[in-house]
Amino acid sequence: MKKRALIAGLTALVMAAGLAACSGGGGGGADANANAKCTNKIIHKDAPKVTAWAWYPNTQLVVDNFNKSHTDVQVCWNNVGQGGDEYDKFQTAVSAKKGAPDVVMLEADHLANYVIQGALVDISKYGANKVKKNFSAGAWKDVSVGDAVYAAPIDGGPMGLIYRKDIFAKYGITKPPATWDEYAADAQKVKDAGGPLFGDLGGNVPAVMMALQIQKGAHPFQYDPTKPKEVGVKLDDPASKQVLDYWAGLVKKGLVGTADQFTAEYISGVVGGKYATYVSAAWAPGYLTGAGVGKGNDKGQFAVAPLPQWDPSNPVSVNWGGSAFAVTTQAKDKKLAAEVALGLDADPASLENGWKNLVIFPLNQTVLKSKEIADYPLDFFGGQKAYGEVYIPAENGYKGFTYSPFQVYYYAQLQKQLTAINGGKIDGAGAAAAVQDAVVKYAKQQGFTVK
Amino acid sequence: MPTSPAQRAANRRRTLTGWMFILPFTLVFLVFLVAPLLYAFYNSLFTKGLATGTVFAPLDNYIKAFTDPSFLGGVAFVVGFSLVLIPVQMIISLAIALVLDAVTTRFARFARLMIFLPYAIPAVIGAIMWGFLYSPTFGPLGQLFGLVGLKAPFLLDASHVFGGLMNIVTWQWAGYYMIIIYAALQGIDPTLYEAARIDGANARQIALRIKLPLVTNALLLILVFALIGTLQFFTEPSVLRTISNGGITQDFTPNLYAYFTAFSYAQFNYASALSFALGVVVFVCVYIFLFLTRKRGSFLS
Repeated sequence: MKKRALIAGLTALVMAAGLAACSGGGGGGADANANAKCTNKIIHKDAPKVTAWAWYPNTQLVVDNFNKSHTDVQVCWNNVGQGGDEYDKFQTAVSAKKGAPDVVMLEADHLANYVIQGALVDISKYGANKVKKNFSAGAWKDVSVGDAVYAAPIDGGPMGLIYRKDIFAKYGITKPPATWDEYAADAQKVKDAGGPLFGDLGGNVPAVMMALQIQKGAHPFQYDPTKPKEVGVKLDDPASKQVLDYWAGLVKKGLVGTADQFTAEYISGVVGGKYATYVSAAWAPGYLTGAGVGKGNDKGQFAVAPLPQWDPSNPVSVNWGGSAFAVTTQAKDKKLAAEVALGLDADPASLENGWKNLVIFPLNQTVLKSKEIADYPLDFFGGQKAYGEVYIPAENGYKGFTYSPFQVYYYAQLQKQLTAINGGKIDGAGAAAAVQDAVVKYAKQQGFTVK
Repeated sequence: MPTSPAQRAANRRRTLTGWMFILPFTLVFLVFLVAPLLYAFYNSLFTKGLATGTVFAPLDNYIKAFTDPSFLGGVAFVVGFSLVLIPVQMIISLAIALVLDAVTTRFARFARLMIFLPYAIPAVIGAIMWGFLYSPTFGPLGQLFGLVGLKAPFLLDASHVFGGLMNIVTWQWAGYYMIIIYAALQGIDPTLYEAARIDGANARQIALRIKLPLVTNALLLILVFALIGTLQFFTEPSVLRTISNGGITQDFTPNLYAYFTAFSYAQFNYASALSFALGVVVFVCVYIFLFLTRKRGSFLS
């Protein structure tokens, strides 16, 4: 009897020990980063490590460049997903108050969301202002609130119209459409001649739609981070409705596709010449190349033109994406983390690799003003000097956007409505009204005063 | 009869031994089931917004949940899905089980294994596989339709997703249910068949009049499993969402909605309430079902 009780007790003990072992390992502490798992190889093994999340396709090289030139600190990098996937993980870590990296890559439109949660460190006291001179006033404004600086800008996303030269030539389009009316007319022309789709209204890239609405004069959000509890939401103004209606019309006429972008399905369509144009940002070709675009029969068939305009006498430049490195409040050593945020992807070699491969559009003015970038013939665009011709002028004309502190939710609502438009279930005006309703309701629930 | 002190001591020891044996399970049960449930319930009693602090408001989240079109839409979907899916699944698995029970060739054993196989494939892998099969560009469906010059329907877009998912779930689970029914059929005393045959019953009559009534308990068990599983539908939509071209939204099913509410929007309190609200829905549905089948069923009695 006694023996049996003993065995049972021992079993229980072993189980309990097992449970305890499971629950361990998550703790923080000064040397927590010593055991951090990194995707990259640490070069100077004695130096303290700073953990970082980033998804640039060339991050491996960027991190190696940083680690080679720094003996006092080493970056321990991981890619936890591109865009939304990373934000979900970071948001969870912020809510849990543990598990976030020291340095995190964020797009400019997502900064406000984390600033209001106190998740990011003001790096102005760690020397951020020393690099201020490298950036345009607009780019710096995107990462700062008053005197506080919440991230180090890396790249922007000036938009242009990427198109297929072979398709344009085949269907007799001699010059890329300069206005959205021409865009629709050319699309009709190609369709009537039995050609492919002219473009694509991807439901999963709502930020593109937001940019196109802003181009027409929409002001989706009014938000001043110094008054964090007040927000203006105007998602159903005439400009927003008109742009949605314009695209809904193209979808209805079968002129543009309805596929989600960045999926294997879509990429194969881009490679196979299923789309004549691609409304996108300067960094997009780098991601397409990584997925296999521009390497087979479509090699050198791409070119880029300025984004079509509503009013050609009064052109408006818009932006999609572009990221910055921020230091999280969970960083173990904030000064070291700031050194990484300010130094990562800021060296000439990394930036050059980024822009030559169309992976990033650098915001660093020294690079942007150099003759080299303006005159550089890009392989992807068949030797076109795309930076000098299209992207740098677009960036110079970009006036900056105002984002909301609940951008993720807004994008999800817009995505839902874009899908409905693609399914022919709703018109543009109805979609705009639905997004407005949902976002205002959410903002109020979150405790904001909606103006 | 008074017990001696020695006997009482022995009894105590015996009781203690019993407790020691269930201790490991109890620990796991408490740590991984009861504690998280209590914690989630506690969380669900608070509200938190980006611009407000955490506020104790015991009913707010629940009132919000049961008036939230996203949640109610998801519930409507899973209830509708259950109503169509479960009968289809039951009929398929029952038919296969009856056939396999009647024939005893080597082929029948092989077929049994093959039909069961999808259940052995992890749900995530199965979903990815179907995602490929459904793909208009890469999948066989596109090529088949292409042969006759038609455009294949995309079975995951908003208008086809119901059928597309139903096919995946049926494929995944029918084999498992078939094995349960088959096992129940094997447990039937063969002398009953002999008696029926002597009385002049043919094979169809034996199947419908003898076998079917005798496996009702197994069927009810399956129904309850399937109902609970379907109301909590998550894995397949979650895996296929990114390739569904918007056909599967973040609030497609209540579980998916709770997941995104928690991990995309950091509304852990509301997500906890959504989970409990879903629990209530599941409880009500299962209760209604057991109530309706109480005369024939003895699953819980």
